[in-house]
Amino acid sequence: MREPTIFELSSPGRTGVTFQEPDVPLTDIPQEFARANLPFPEISELGVVRHFTKLSQKNYAIDLGFYPLGSCTMKYNPKINEAIARYPGFAATHPLQPEDTVQGNLYLMYTLQNWLAEIGGFADTTLEPAAGAQGELVGTMIIARYHKDRGDLKRTRILIPDSAHGTNPASSAMLGFDPVQLPSDERGNVDLKALRELCDDRLAGLMFTNPNTLGLFDENTAEVIRIVHEAGGLVYGDGANMNALLGVFKPGNCGIDVMHFNLHKTFSTPHGGGGPGSGAVMVCEKLVDYLPDPHVVMTDPGDEETAPTYGFARPKKSIGRVKAFHGHFGMLVRAYTYIAMLGQDGLRDVAEKAVLNANYLQAKLKGSYTLPYDRSCMHEFVLEGYWKDVPDIRALDIAKRLMDYDFHPPTNYFPLIVHEALMIEPTETESIETLDQFADAMVKIAEEARTQPELLKNAPHNTPVKRADELKAAKDLVFCCYPAGDWDRNK
Amino acid sequence: MFTPHTKADVEAMLKTIGVGKVEDLFNVVPEKYRFPDLNLPEPLSEMEAAAELDSIASANATTRDFICFLGAGAYQHYIPAAVDNLLQRGEFYTSYTPYQPEISQGTLQAIFEFQSLISLLTGMDVSNASHYDGATAAAEAVILANHHFRGKRSKVLLSRAINPQYREVIRGYMQANAALHIVGDDPETGIEPDLKNLIAQIDLDTSLVMVQYPDFFGRIIDYKPLIEAAHAQGALVAVVVNPTALALLTPPGEIGADIVVGEGQPLGIPLSYGGPYLGFFAVKNPLLRKISGRLVGETVDTQGELAYVLTLTAREQHIRREKATSNICSNQGLMALAATIYMTLLGKTGFQQVANLCYQNAHYTANTVQEVPGFSLPFKATPFFHEFVVQADQDVPELLVHLQDHGILGGYDLSQDYPELEGCLLMAVTEMNSREDIDYLTDVLSEVEHA
Repeated sequence: MREPTIFELSSPGRTGVTFQEPDVPLTDIPQEFARANLPFPEISELGVVRHFTKLSQKNYAIDLGFYPLGSCTMKYNPKINEAIARYPGFAATHPLQPEDTVQGNLYLMYTLQNWLAEIGGFADTTLEPAAGAQGELVGTMIIARYHKDRGDLKRTRILIPDSAHGTNPASSAMLGFDPVQLPSDERGNVDLKALRELCDDRLAGLMFTNPNTLGLFDENTAEVIRIVHEAGGLVYGDGANMNALLGVFKPGNCGIDVMHFNLHKTFSTPHGGGGPGSGAVMVCEKLVDYLPDPHVVMTDPGDEETAPTYGFARPKKSIGRVKAFHGHFGMLVRAYTYIAMLGQDGLRDVAEKAVLNANYLQAKLKGSYTLPYDRSCMHEFVLEGYWKDVPDIRALDIAKRLMDYDFHPPTNYFPLIVHEALMIEPTETESIETLDQFADAMVKIAEEARTQPELLKNAPHNTPVKRADELKAAKDLVFCCYPAGDWDRNK
Repeated sequence: MFTPHTKADVEAMLKTIGVGKVEDLFNVVPEKYRFPDLNLPEPLSEMEAAAELDSIASANATTRDFICFLGAGAYQHYIPAAVDNLLQRGEFYTSYTPYQPEISQGTLQAIFEFQSLISLLTGMDVSNASHYDGATAAAEAVILANHHFRGKRSKVLLSRAINPQYREVIRGYMQANAALHIVGDDPETGIEPDLKNLIAQIDLDTSLVMVQYPDFFGRIIDYKPLIEAAHAQGALVAVVVNPTALALLTPPGEIGADIVVGEGQPLGIPLSYGGPYLGFFAVKNPLLRKISGRLVGETVDTQGELAYVLTLTAREQHIRREKATSNICSNQGLMALAATIYMTLLGKTGFQQVANLCYQNAHYTANTVQEVPGFSLPFKATPFFHEFVVQADQDVPELLVHLQDHGILGGYDLSQDYPELEGCLLMAVTEMNSREDIDYLTDVLSEVEHA
């Protein structure tokens, strides 16, 4: 049943949470600035609680079931993270408090900077970027500044494999680079011949997602990096898929120059219905001076009697500030907690089980679906959601039918290089029973595609709403539930 | 730790895959680099982690330990219990971007309601589903204006009374665009409330004029003349707002602003040492296709039932790749939900009460502080909301230490960003500052040795 909007639920004169009246002498609000009307909803507290509880029940979520959304790493978000991020010692600190009053926060950030650098094989880390895409922006800014500082102004090209995330070309373009698409070879690796041809003195860098969005670790990783370095370019690592590599491979050790991690993917901070993310960026030694401002440093190492102290410093050639204050601190607390609980062995276990789960599902599904790159995969793999004998059925239909089996669909239509792609990332926190149930549903759907195709075409059948008319939304452009009478929708 | 695999499970899975051991799945990783050591502390149990993090948190002194008059872009407000209780529903916080509308109507409707509330609050037509924070939302406004004029207007005017961090982020975002001149916030143009020097710089080459309301110093300034002057030259106007203030003040949309952005942290989001917060971004209808970030629109499903979907996605990076105007991918979903719950829960009455408490407490503070010898209000002639500038006849860093020793976070030293405001302190007062706290502040200030 449809849940009314907060404006439909409103009754004039009803109140939710109210506040005390001022107990100080009153001052008039200047008439020329006074607001005439604030048409906000008027609902009781219980009314509000029921409304949002009912809305929550219309969502699918990790806490409800399997969420194999490729490239998003929908792993379990530990409850302890939520509890700790809410400790008043963290949650009630103001970002502009004097450094001597927030030594706990600064210690946590300093330690996390070092842990992430250690995990990735880098020299240092910034925790400032708000999300992976902002991490890419920071990384690209650093690459731009590095070349500019050397007076190397011809370098305007960034190479981006065709299997890369869509944010890569957008980030490069924002920094004024010319993004050049790099093809994949028949095994899903970067095409070395094409790479060599594009590596000249116009090359600023390569944005390298490894494992790539096909879930494949590039078989020529070291060679790709060497070719780019030889041409004077830098290699940016897109760490969206780092879950496969924890304790398995340190990208920095292999020559990646700058890289972001998505703390909301790899390090278990919740996805929150679309954010907040958190996109730490790590750099190699020669790039540490370019990190954003501010950066946490140890200001005094202390001694036997006194503890070390920490503070902010602006790196020497800093690219500056990319957001207010100093990052999504609440997410940093969660990531810190996660790493502290896992340690070296736990992190490697994450990667091993993530890759084991993906290969297990791949093995169970490749008889029923086309697997365009038939190799051992990393943390995810991509199938074609298409069969030649039932050409009317598309990836979208399979995705929607999965909802009837109570699963979240995989990512579909991405990566673009696979026809009708279904990109499946199970993550390490799923059990064999869940994977078997999902595989059974996928196999069943492949059968239904032949025997009862309308079941797929009309899916989903049991969800709060059925397939939505996206064209109508893009045509009507209704973005607000204005209270009737107060506002004219068409003005 | 959070992996459910038994030994038997692993064996069964390896058998299905057809490899002998888990390590074999990583043979593609160059052997030289495979399975490096990670120099990390020994892992902790949940109980140990809770204790360790408690001890780290205890090394901080918080706004609860102090009486806090610190604002400057982040504000302490009371957050009703129901806000966090609802946020902690796993159906909300363990879901992701609502790409599949059939099983994401909760998130989608909540964002739709968020967009509606922000549009109403700012007096604008369309709000997006949020940006990272107020500063990046301001930077996105500059990007929008630049695209609106297809790069043909090369000047962006920023008021010097915009939060200095926001101005720095704008410059950072636009650093690759050498043809764009971001000016107007120099000391010569200054911070006079009549804005004459800023208005004088608006010309046909100006794409955007940006001001803040209330401004960084808390002042409420009449922007109508500036907006008229900008529109006369065909330029757009963006206003950075404090959402709490708009409960009492005429919204910028009603006086002609083209873009309104702001920091949504005051709307039920904890201070949390600076993040995650919430950038909001609203425009008038003519600009709606140029808005970056996610938008939720209303539609119907195949049964004709009302449904919500992400729409106009063709603008976004996952479709347009290098041609997208912004690379933003995520929004601040959970923070937007917090703000939606907060605004709904307080509603018309509670939200105005909070704003009025801020206004009244701040004015009481300003009035009592200026009566203390050695302190004055340099911008006394201009109305203000819940933040104001205090001029002290002594060294501000020393004064702040003195206050801190007496359990007070006294405010923000403005000389860090404004050399012309040497000796000036920015103080913020909200509903969290009781009359008793304020009287204590003036007592402590009265004890200070004067220069």
